[in-house]
Amino acid sequence: MKNQLYQQTVLKHNRDPRNYGVIEDCSHHAEGFNPLCGDEVKVYMQVEDDLVKAIQFTGKGCAVSQASASIMTTALIGKSLDEAMAQFDEFMKMASGEKQDPQGEIAAFAGISQFPSRVKCAVLSWQTFNAALKAVDNTISTE
Amino acid sequence: MLDIEKIRADFPILERQVHKKTLAYLDNGATTLKPNQVVGEIEKHYKEECSNIHRGIHWLSERATEAYEASREKVQKLINAESTDNIVFTSGTTAGINLVVQSYGRSELNAGDEVIISAMEHHSNIVPWQMLREEKGIVIKVVPVLEDGSLDMESFYNLISEKTKFISIMYVSNVLGTINPMQEICDKANELGVPVLVDAAQAIAHMPVDVQKLNCTFMVFSAHKMYGPTGVGVLYGKAEYLEKMPPVNGGGDMILSVSFDKTVYNVAPYKFEAGTPNIAGVIGLGAAVDYLQSFNWQEVEAREEELIAYAHEKLEKIPGLKIIGTAKNKSGAVSFTMKDIHPHDIGTIVDRSGVAIRTGHHCAQPLMESFGIVATARASFAIYNTKEEVDQLAKALEKVQEIFA
Repeated sequence: MKNQLYQQTVLKHNRDPRNYGVIEDCSHHAEGFNPLCGDEVKVYMQVEDDLVKAIQFTGKGCAVSQASASIMTTALIGKSLDEAMAQFDEFMKMASGEKQDPQGEIAAFAGISQFPSRVKCAVLSWQTFNAALKAVDNTISTE
Repeated sequence: MLDIEKIRADFPILERQVHKKTLAYLDNGATTLKPNQVVGEIEKHYKEECSNIHRGIHWLSERATEAYEASREKVQKLINAESTDNIVFTSGTTAGINLVVQSYGRSELNAGDEVIISAMEHHSNIVPWQMLREEKGIVIKVVPVLEDGSLDMESFYNLISEKTKFISIMYVSNVLGTINPMQEICDKANELGVPVLVDAAQAIAHMPVDVQKLNCTFMVFSAHKMYGPTGVGVLYGKAEYLEKMPPVNGGGDMILSVSFDKTVYNVAPYKFEAGTPNIAGVIGLGAAVDYLQSFNWQEVEAREEELIAYAHEKLEKIPGLKIIGTAKNKSGAVSFTMKDIHPHDIGTIVDRSGVAIRTGHHCAQPLMESFGIVATARASFAIYNTKEEVDQLAKALEKVQEIFA
């Protein structure tokens, strides 16, 4: 069975997440929850001179939510805020089924809109990142 | 003997392909599929007898009223209630529990009074009591669950005191499949002289239920978990309770007379059925009762026991799979975890093999907590399920293991 969602990239990041851990005294932080699934992602960022100097996460939940968070941190680290927001927009569009051409490991989620019940797992970390950056509401929920 | 081929033919949805695979519907604890006999009766109401009930004097209204009240009689017979006056139609199990809490609980329970529930309850038998606790200061006492998923009856007896004023417990666990010793619980409640509510949502389609034998005060269940439509359910109540309980919803059909000075309420069950009810749903429920009654209970129970035993046998062979809920008396559901693979990932992968199971906390978060887990995957069975479908599940679970190896 070819399962487009559980590719090696996703499984690898789930097993061995990158940039996992808390950044103490970071400049931006938010927490995201999927109340129905129990998925949880907390994002910590150090933003300096409009650059994502550091980004880490902690969390628990399904493979999709945790791999998405891990891949997100690797994609955003070192990016300018404009670039990071562009990536966020691209991911959200991709998740809603709009055709995008994602680069790098984010492409593992190119087919996510084919799994409607799992979209919220994949976007949880990105929405948490967005909330952290905008610092409007530090606890978000995808429900 | 049950003719499974013939039964399956009553459920055309079973012929569906899902992700180009034959559907194996193992999510009956969430809702059962609906046979042609039920769908047909609902359609007949809308196509041939559509009308409001209890007020029209025209021919169609009489037909609809007759069909609606005939369902009350069918339900009465199904659960062996004393009379049709004991049968209140609701929108489902949740609504039934809320009605009892908001009517009986609000008017009869006071600060410090204790309500006994269990750790395996569905949120629908937890949250309404918590709402009453907020309002009246009642105390909720929780019977713990033992490791095998059975109720800790020793604790049940220890929790009972002169402060106990209500007992509300599920008959069969939607997660663990445990059949609770309901007769014993009801006997104790009656000995104490306190009302007892039996949540029969997961029992009603799987075993004969007799409210007079149980001698319960209240029983609630939903049509949609017994081959009937969604949005309709039943509250059974003993006459002396229903008569005294105040209505919760005011409106049409629940009154005898209305003036701006004084309104006289109708009698039970009508005083609890304000507004136009789910007429087609109630008629569909009646058809579902007929459908259930067309089988022999012993054969239904034997068949479902065999399926559960087979599921246990097949699933236990899968390395790393752990069945949650191994009580001696089980019905309906087999819950499991697979090491650190999240149940939602299990659910998505087996779905791609055409297998529909439920994953998550099953509206029983406190129960998940008591087992130290966040979620389970659950296969739940109905009369039309087959061993081949269990095999299909087991094969799909092997795929899950391959992917996460």
